[in-house]
Amino acid sequence: MSLAQDPRAMAELELGTPPGPDGQVAAAPPPRLRRGGGGLLRGLLGNAKATSGLVILILFVLMAVFAPILAPGDPTLIQGIGSQPPSAEHWLGTTAKGQDVLALNVWGSRSSLFVGFTVGILATFVGLLVGLASAYLGRTIDNVLSLVTNVFLLLPGLPLLVILAAFLPQGLGTVVLVLVITGWAGSARVLRSQAMSIRGKDFVAASQVTGESGLRIMFREMLPNMASIVMSTFLACVIFGIGAQAGLEFLGLGDISTVSWGTNLYWASNDGALLTGAWWVFVPPGVCIALVAFALALVNYGVDETTNPRLRRPRRRTTPDAPTPVAARTRKELAR
Amino acid sequence: MGYMLRRFGFYLVAFWVSITLNFFLPRFMPGDPVSRMVARLQGQIRPDQIEALRESFGLSDAPLWEQYLRYLGQIFTGNLGFSISRFPTPVIDVISSVIGWTFLLGFVSLIIAVVIGNLLGILAAWRRGGVLDSFVPPLLIFIGSFPYFWLAMGLLYLFGVTLGWFPLRHAYAVGTIPEFSLAFLGDVAYHLILPATSIVLVSVGGWMLGMRNTMIATNAEDYIVMAEAKGLRANRVMMQYAARNALLPSVTAFGMSLGFVVGGALLTEVVFAYPGIGYTLLAAVQNLDYPLMQGLFLTITTAVLIANFLVDIVYVRLDPRVRVS
Repeated sequence: MSLAQDPRAMAELELGTPPGPDGQVAAAPPPRLRRGGGGLLRGLLGNAKATSGLVILILFVLMAVFAPILAPGDPTLIQGIGSQPPSAEHWLGTTAKGQDVLALNVWGSRSSLFVGFTVGILATFVGLLVGLASAYLGRTIDNVLSLVTNVFLLLPGLPLLVILAAFLPQGLGTVVLVLVITGWAGSARVLRSQAMSIRGKDFVAASQVTGESGLRIMFREMLPNMASIVMSTFLACVIFGIGAQAGLEFLGLGDISTVSWGTNLYWASNDGALLTGAWWVFVPPGVCIALVAFALALVNYGVDETTNPRLRRPRRRTTPDAPTPVAARTRKELAR
Repeated sequence: MGYMLRRFGFYLVAFWVSITLNFFLPRFMPGDPVSRMVARLQGQIRPDQIEALRESFGLSDAPLWEQYLRYLGQIFTGNLGFSISRFPTPVIDVISSVIGWTFLLGFVSLIIAVVIGNLLGILAAWRRGGVLDSFVPPLLIFIGSFPYFWLAMGLLYLFGVTLGWFPLRHAYAVGTIPEFSLAFLGDVAYHLILPATSIVLVSVGGWMLGMRNTMIATNAEDYIVMAEAKGLRANRVMMQYAARNALLPSVTAFGMSLGFVVGGALLTEVVFAYPGIGYTLLAAVQNLDYPLMQGLFLTITTAVLIANFLVDIVYVRLDPRVRVS
C-alpha cells in the first residue's frame, strides 16, 4: 500500500477542498475557496447528524444564558428538606443539603459550557499557531515545535492535570490554564499535518513570490483552506474541556465554590448520594455532560461526512457479495 | 537502525522533560509545601529529615543547578524520598505496593475493549448499512459521551448498591490477606468486574469506529477484489485479507493506550476506591504528600514512554514503510 493509497493521507488531502487532483486546487483563487466554506455549512445543515447535534447544543446554550430566568435566585441556597426524590415542587429532587437539583444543574451549565468553549478556543488557537508555524517555517522551527508537541502528547494528561491543579491555587482560571496546557498538543499535531499538505500547494508558493508576508500567507492563504479540520479540532477540544473539567472538579481539584456539573458530581459523591440511593442527585449532571459531548460529537461526524465522501452512508444496503468498495473506487477513478 | 536510534533519542528527551517538570513544579509554585508537610508531621520528623525535605523542595541555599544535578542523581538511584502520609515509608515502596492493582485493572479492561471493539468494527465495515453498522456506532458514541467516572458511579449504584450483586469498593474483601489461593483470586476477579466493565463500556466505541473506518478504506483495495475473484470464502477474505491490513492503526492506538493503562483509570479507581496508582495519587494530593505525588507522576510517565517505545519496535516489524521514511 503506497502512501497515496493510504486512506488517512487521502482523507487529509480531501478535507476542506473540493475533491480533485492537486493541480485543480492550486488553481483555485480565494473567492472559490469561500464558496467551498459555504458548501460546508450547507452540507452540515443537510446532514441529519450535524443538525440534531446543533439543536441539542443550542438548547443547552439557551439554558445557560437564561439560567437567571429559568431558576431565579442562588442555586446553592437551601430550598427545603434534604434528600427528597423528584416531586412537583422540586422536579429533580433535592440534594442531601436541601438544594434544588434542577437549579444547580441549570446554573452549572454556565460554568461547564464556559470552561469547555474557552478551553476549546484557546487550545485550538495554540495548536493552530504551532501547526501553521511548524508547517510554514519548516526546518529547525518545525523540528523543535514537533518535538515539543510530541513530548506534550506523551505526557499523561489526567495525572498531569491532577499534579498541576494540586500545585496551583484553586480557581476557574487555573482550571482553564491547566486544561489548555494538557490539551493543545493533540490539535497541534492534527493541524500541522493538514497545514503541511497545504504548504506544498502551488498557491502558497505563488503568494510567496508575490511578496506576501509570512503572517498573511499563514492566516489568509493557508488557514481558510483548513477551515473544516480546524472546526473538528475545535469540537474535539471542547469535548475534552468539558469532560476534563468535570473530572478535575469531581476529584475536588477544581474550584469547589463555583456551581458546575463537575462540582455537582463532587458534592453528590461527597454527600454519599450513591450509598443513600439518591440517584436523582448524580444522574442529571452526567446526562447533561453526555448530551453536550454527544451533540458535539454528532456535529463532528457531520463535518467528517460532508468533507470526506468515503465515510458517507451508502445509498442501499450492501452485502459481501456486492461490496461497496468496488463501486466507491470506480467512482473515484472516474473523477480523475 | 537509524530510525530506532532517533526514536530512542526522542524518548530520552521526553523523559528528561518529565523529570525536569517534576523538579521545577514545586519550586515555582506559590505556597510553601514544606511547612505544610512539616506541620502535618508534627513530632514525627527529625530535624535532619526536615532539612532533607527542604532541600528536595528547593528551599536549600545551594544554587539551582546543583540541586538539579543532585535530584537527577537521586532519581537514577531509585531514591524518590519518603512518603509524608505514610511516614516514614519510602515513596518507591508505596508505589510498588499499589502498581500491581493498576496493571491488573488496566490490562484486563484494555484487552477486553480492544478485542470486542475491533471485532465489532470488522463486522460493521464488512456489512455496511447492516444492523451492526447502523445502530451500534451511534449507541456506542452516546455511551462514550458519558464521563467515564460517571458511568462507573452509575454501575456502582445499580449493581452494587441497589441490586447488591457486586462489592462496592476495594480490590478484595476487607480482612482477607493477599495470597495465591483460588478463593482469593476469585475474590479479586469478583471485585474487578464492575470497574473493568465501566472502562470497557466507554472505550469500546472508539476501537470499533476506528477499525470500521480503516476497514472501509481497506475494503476498497484491489487485493480484496482479487481475493473475491479467486472465490475465497467471505470469512477468509474478511479476516485474512481486509482485517489484517486494517489492523495497523489499531496497533498504534493500542500502544498509546498501553501507556495510559497506568494513569488512565485514575477516576475509575477513585470511584471504586480501587487501591491502584490513581487512587493513591488522589490521596497523595489530598494529604499534601508532595514526594509521593512526584514519584507517582514519574512512574506514570515512565510507563507511558516505555510502552510507546515498545510499540515503535513492534511497528517497525509490522510496517516496513516506517523503516524507509
